Amino acid sequence: MTLLSVQDLRVTFGTADGDVHAVKGVSFDVAAGETVAIVGESGSGKSVTANSLLRLNFGADVRTSGRILLEGRDVLAMSEDEVRAVRGRDVAMIFQDPLTALNPFYTVGRQIAEAYEVHHPGTSKKDLREIALDSLRKVGIPEPTKRVDQYPHEFSGGMRQRIVIAIALVNSPKILIADEPTTALDVTVQAQILELIAAMQQEHGSAVVLITHDLGVVAEITERVMVMYAGRVVESASVVDAFATPTHPYTRGLLKSVKSLDTGRHERLESIPGIPPSLIKLPSGCPFHPRCSFASSLGSRCSTEVPELRAVGSSSSACHLPNERLLDLLGGAHDR
Amino acid sequence: MIYFVLRRSIFAVVLLLIVSAFTFVIFSALPSDPAALTCGKNCRPEVIESNRERLGYDRPLIEQYGSYMKGIFTGRTYGEEGSSIHCPAPSLGYSYDRHECVTSLIASTLPVTASIALGAFVLWMGIGVGLGTLAALKRGKWQDRVATAFSVIGVSLPTFFLGLIFIMVFVIWTGILPFPRYVGLTENPFDWFMALLLPWFVLAIISAATYVRMTRNGILEVMNEEFVRLGIAKGLSRRRLIVTYVLRAALVPIVTIAGLDFAFLLGGALVTESIFNLPGLGKLTLAAVVNSDLPILVATTMVAAVFIVVANTVVDILYGYLDPRVRAK
Repeated sequence: MTLLSVQDLRVTFGTADGDVHAVKGVSFDVAAGETVAIVGESGSGKSVTANSLLRLNFGADVRTSGRILLEGRDVLAMSEDEVRAVRGRDVAMIFQDPLTALNPFYTVGRQIAEAYEVHHPGTSKKDLREIALDSLRKVGIPEPTKRVDQYPHEFSGGMRQRIVIAIALVNSPKILIADEPTTALDVTVQAQILELIAAMQQEHGSAVVLITHDLGVVAEITERVMVMYAGRVVESASVVDAFATPTHPYTRGLLKSVKSLDTGRHERLESIPGIPPSLIKLPSGCPFHPRCSFASSLGSRCSTEVPELRAVGSSSSACHLPNERLLDLLGGAHDR
Repeated sequence: MIYFVLRRSIFAVVLLLIVSAFTFVIFSALPSDPAALTCGKNCRPEVIESNRERLGYDRPLIEQYGSYMKGIFTGRTYGEEGSSIHCPAPSLGYSYDRHECVTSLIASTLPVTASIALGAFVLWMGIGVGLGTLAALKRGKWQDRVATAFSVIGVSLPTFFLGLIFIMVFVIWTGILPFPRYVGLTENPFDWFMALLLPWFVLAIISAATYVRMTRNGILEVMNEEFVRLGIAKGLSRRRLIVTYVLRAALVPIVTIAGLDFAFLLGGALVTESIFNLPGLGKLTLAAVVNSDLPILVATTMVAAVFIVVANTVVDILYGYLDPRVRAK
């Protein structure tokens, strides 16, 4: 059952230097209870896409088009009050940096209770406190009765992220958007937080949209992966296919640039040549062609024509290379 | 928290002692001979010397400071029996120019200055924070432009200029208001209010200008904070978000500066008091400068210092109360 359906989402930010095309026609579906990852470099449009789901892109001149259907209702067409009712109740968000995401002036208990109270006005103080305590317990904060009255600065980064997760889950949302939930954390804490998200997802039955640039995180908890580049989805595949048989040169490059235990000590880590394109002045044709080692083999096609997402095996890929060549060239590329 | 308050208070007392010593030394080092100033231009040396002895200026500086400090707690008597002058505690010295104890001079002028400062403070916080908030919430719209224009004009206008314009417009041309003549609050509240209306506005407009900018920038800065975004993502209403998240955070630094500005004003609004002919601390100080009335100058400087130090301490304690992150340390 499709819970969320994003159709041809486009987000443009008007700036003094020109229009920034952060998202250029992204479409995807999320089923209830599913975990989808959106992967990409900084500036690929993944966070803007995630923020759009709750209409959280702010700025003097933000233009959003397309449709974001949440159980059939278009989030982009809702009134302010309607969106507010969705925020935190149907769709909740976990932010990247737990050190800045919590309000430093209020106790964590109050902040959790507030998230519940907004959507359940009139709840008694006593019940709210119970709810806050219960939430803290669920996300594994020790001594909740003592901790509930403490302020964010009295917690470690990992603990704060648990509190952010508690806030997100207090209303058992249908969709949980996690925008780089582990990026700001110590490596040892990262795994714990991912486990917690997975466990909470099980308990609440929420779908998870995970935004990350960390392929390790993707492998850990997701089922489906969308790779974004310069505001477009360039590959969409199951997590197994994406890792075993990437069907887009960019995905292949991403995978090869990750160090693993099998990488030899003196082996050079591969990197994708060049830098991500400016979103104000995108390259013509396929946005990846200036950095793609296969582009020259197709003549001028890559630099003139934007490739559409199409089926390649069981995945979808936005590349001009013929299917056989894609599978040939790329399938074996991840040989390690 | 109690420990925090106690520590800050002790620090304040030590600071005041240092300030008083410095003030005393600086004014003693002035080239003018305080004893010579006691009896006008054509004065016989014997009179000067007898006055020097009477006022204690013949003693070593450290001793003078000692009896000055002692006078604050026990009162002080100048001269021998018969022709002696007694200033009861807390004695801040004796003005030979005005033939009055400095403490009673300050006691009569302080309420005037306090009236000016309090009203101006309320007004300028209202105008400054109100207009600043409006400008931030309507960023880029005409309200923002008006507030910014107000801020620029207010910052650039000198007090005496704005004060004179106000008198021209409201008193001389239109006659809406009488020329300010100070009346005590307890005497006649209405006259008190009418006399202070113009000085309040002059001070408020000039001070509010800075606060408009500070509030506007503070709010816009807080609005970019991640925790405000989380507040939005929770589904908080705009109103609730602005009051409990944005203003709560943006006003903390403003409270700090406001406390100090208020204390500064309590030390005397020299220009404003002079223009509107209000018998406050500022005017007392100005007259003392003109007449080289050192005892008054020492005293008003110390009084102003007390206000600043006390305000600093209060603000520190308040800050700890307003920001939980400070409280912990």
